[in-house]
Amino acid sequence: MKNSTFSRKRRWLSAPYVIWMLLFTIIPLCIVIYYAFTDSVTGAFTLSNIGGILDYATIFLRSIWLSVAATLICLVVGYPVAYAISQMKPNMQRLLQLLIMLPMCMSFLLRTLAWVALLEDTGILNNVITALGLSPLPLIRNSGAVILGMVYNYLPYMILPLYSAISKINPRLIEAAEDLGCNKTRTFTKVILPLSIPGILSGITMVFVPAVSTFYISQKLGSPGTVMVGDIIESQFKGAYNPNLGAAMSLILMILIFLCIGVTNKVTANDSEEVAN
Amino acid sequence: MKLRPNRSSVILRLTVFACAFILAAASFCMSAGKRPVQAASSVLNIYNWGQYISDGTDGYVDVIAEFEAEYPDIRINYMTFDSNETMYTKLKTDPAAFDLIIPSDYMIEKLIREDMLAELNFDNIPNYQYIDDSFKNTSYDPENKYSVPYTWGNVGMIYNSRYVNEEDATGWELLWNPTYAGKILMFDNPRDAFAIAELELGYSLNTEDEAELLEATQKLIEQKNLVQAYVMDQVFDKMERSEAWIAPYYAGDYLLMAEENPDLEFYFPEEGFNLFIDACCVPKQARNQEAAELFINFLCRPDICGENLEYLGYSVPISEAKEYMDPELTESEIAYPPEEILALGESYNALSDHGNQRMNELWLSVKTTDDVLGRYIIITVAAIVVCIILWLFFKFRRKIRKKRRGTY
Repeated sequence: MKNSTFSRKRRWLSAPYVIWMLLFTIIPLCIVIYYAFTDSVTGAFTLSNIGGILDYATIFLRSIWLSVAATLICLVVGYPVAYAISQMKPNMQRLLQLLIMLPMCMSFLLRTLAWVALLEDTGILNNVITALGLSPLPLIRNSGAVILGMVYNYLPYMILPLYSAISKINPRLIEAAEDLGCNKTRTFTKVILPLSIPGILSGITMVFVPAVSTFYISQKLGSPGTVMVGDIIESQFKGAYNPNLGAAMSLILMILIFLCIGVTNKVTANDSEEVAN
Repeated sequence: MKLRPNRSSVILRLTVFACAFILAAASFCMSAGKRPVQAASSVLNIYNWGQYISDGTDGYVDVIAEFEAEYPDIRINYMTFDSNETMYTKLKTDPAAFDLIIPSDYMIEKLIREDMLAELNFDNIPNYQYIDDSFKNTSYDPENKYSVPYTWGNVGMIYNSRYVNEEDATGWELLWNPTYAGKILMFDNPRDAFAIAELELGYSLNTEDEAELLEATQKLIEQKNLVQAYVMDQVFDKMERSEAWIAPYYAGDYLLMAEENPDLEFYFPEEGFNLFIDACCVPKQARNQEAAELFINFLCRPDICGENLEYLGYSVPISEAKEYMDPELTESEIAYPPEEILALGESYNALSDHGNQRMNELWLSVKTTDDVLGRYIIITVAAIVVCIILWLFFKFRRKIRKKRRGTY
């Protein structure tokens, strides 16, 4: 094909990124692996860091579950929004896209702190509630608040890939389905949904991965009982001076993330193939 | 249609360029507005606790600005940490990053033991003569070679008298009182947290005995369900706004908080408490030791010391500085407790390396121990099973449909 000679000639164009990746992804990854398998005092090879991870199974499971919940909520909330935007006039689409990206222009930390000010016992919402004569609600320092914080922070990362996948669907396919007698629901389940699966997949990845490794949201909106892996990893590097355990945890977390993403991709890919058949 | 760049994207691009240009120009102007770029040797990197120097708020002295005015060829680069342990980690990773650090007694002992501190040249610190004799020849620096005391103080209990019953406010046990679940704060560093649990159990806060440490761990795990958050300087915000009602913290900081929220009260638990000295030190690999010594000397000048510590609320190790302070503060029994209370105080010794490591491990287990593992496992297994069933169901249904289609 003509394309392949073109791409072979232009291969050097990717060199900056390859160098970047080598310096800032591959080498650090090797350092993480090195730390994960060495002892914090003697520096000798050891499996105890990895083996000790089992003690923190609860923390890992909690991180995964909270982020799965946040990802599902993002999907359920984000899909209709993305679909609705893709049906609008081009100018409106651009404006709404900008509005969705707008919160991302502000610091992630500030956005989370703003939620603290809203949800606290002495926060804005509870002040309104008590002013109305009701008793204050426990809005903050529970799993719900952590999930809320994740959904709020990562929702744009779900909507944008969904939007771009849905808006790329050829409208003729939808017309064809309607011509062949599909009602609205069947058009959606048989044409639009299967064709937007790439968007769903990248949306899930882009929400789940940062959510599962987050550390700030759970510290601010959660309680001592909702500690997540990210918090523990941070504490090992920051105060406890045990980067080896921190590295081992990061490594395991990375493997778990790849597993989760791999399974999701596999299952959805099979499904969409079968649907296409 | 696609080839023609649409107008709005051109406008967008122009806007981005314009913004970038303005930003670059602004940052250039700002850097040009500052003093001319100086040799690296005249930059003094200071690493101190957060909210631990008078910075000119509320009309108090701005120590850094005063120093820079007096020594115009030294520019200060000021950074803060939130616990001795954070400071230690940072210093370990980058030993030449700072010229002046202000850790606490036990951390200084540890740093001396690990040969990480430089011997000070006291010819540059003539104001050392003002330091009270009781703060010389301390246990952490017996020969006065490495450190110059900055402040001293005690840990005690702070509570909000509007919400906490006066009768409950006795000893450290208030931190384990279930009536105030969710309104209790706790130290977010192992040393201070373990000390409280150990004192509550009647042990020394310097214990390295495994059984005693395990008991203290258990005590802290017991407390965890009642704790709103493990905090350091966030304590100011949370206590001042009554988001939390009970917190153990440093007495000097209590005096600051009480100015914002007069409902806050303070007491020294009778089981004992930590008595600490924070002192200025110079790391061994510091690049600018002389400037650091000039700054230490400046801090020890009685007028600067007095004005600085009046703002901080911590206690002064220089009696002459008290002349420059509000007598209300120097007569406060919280900042300067009477002898019989001081006798209850105990200072931290540096733990052995093994003791430190063990304490970190146990602290991590306090933070991660949970009784919900069983529940999580059940949920996880259930979810996997449901997913598999659903998947099989859909697969099966499709097969049946295909078969049916085939029979038509």
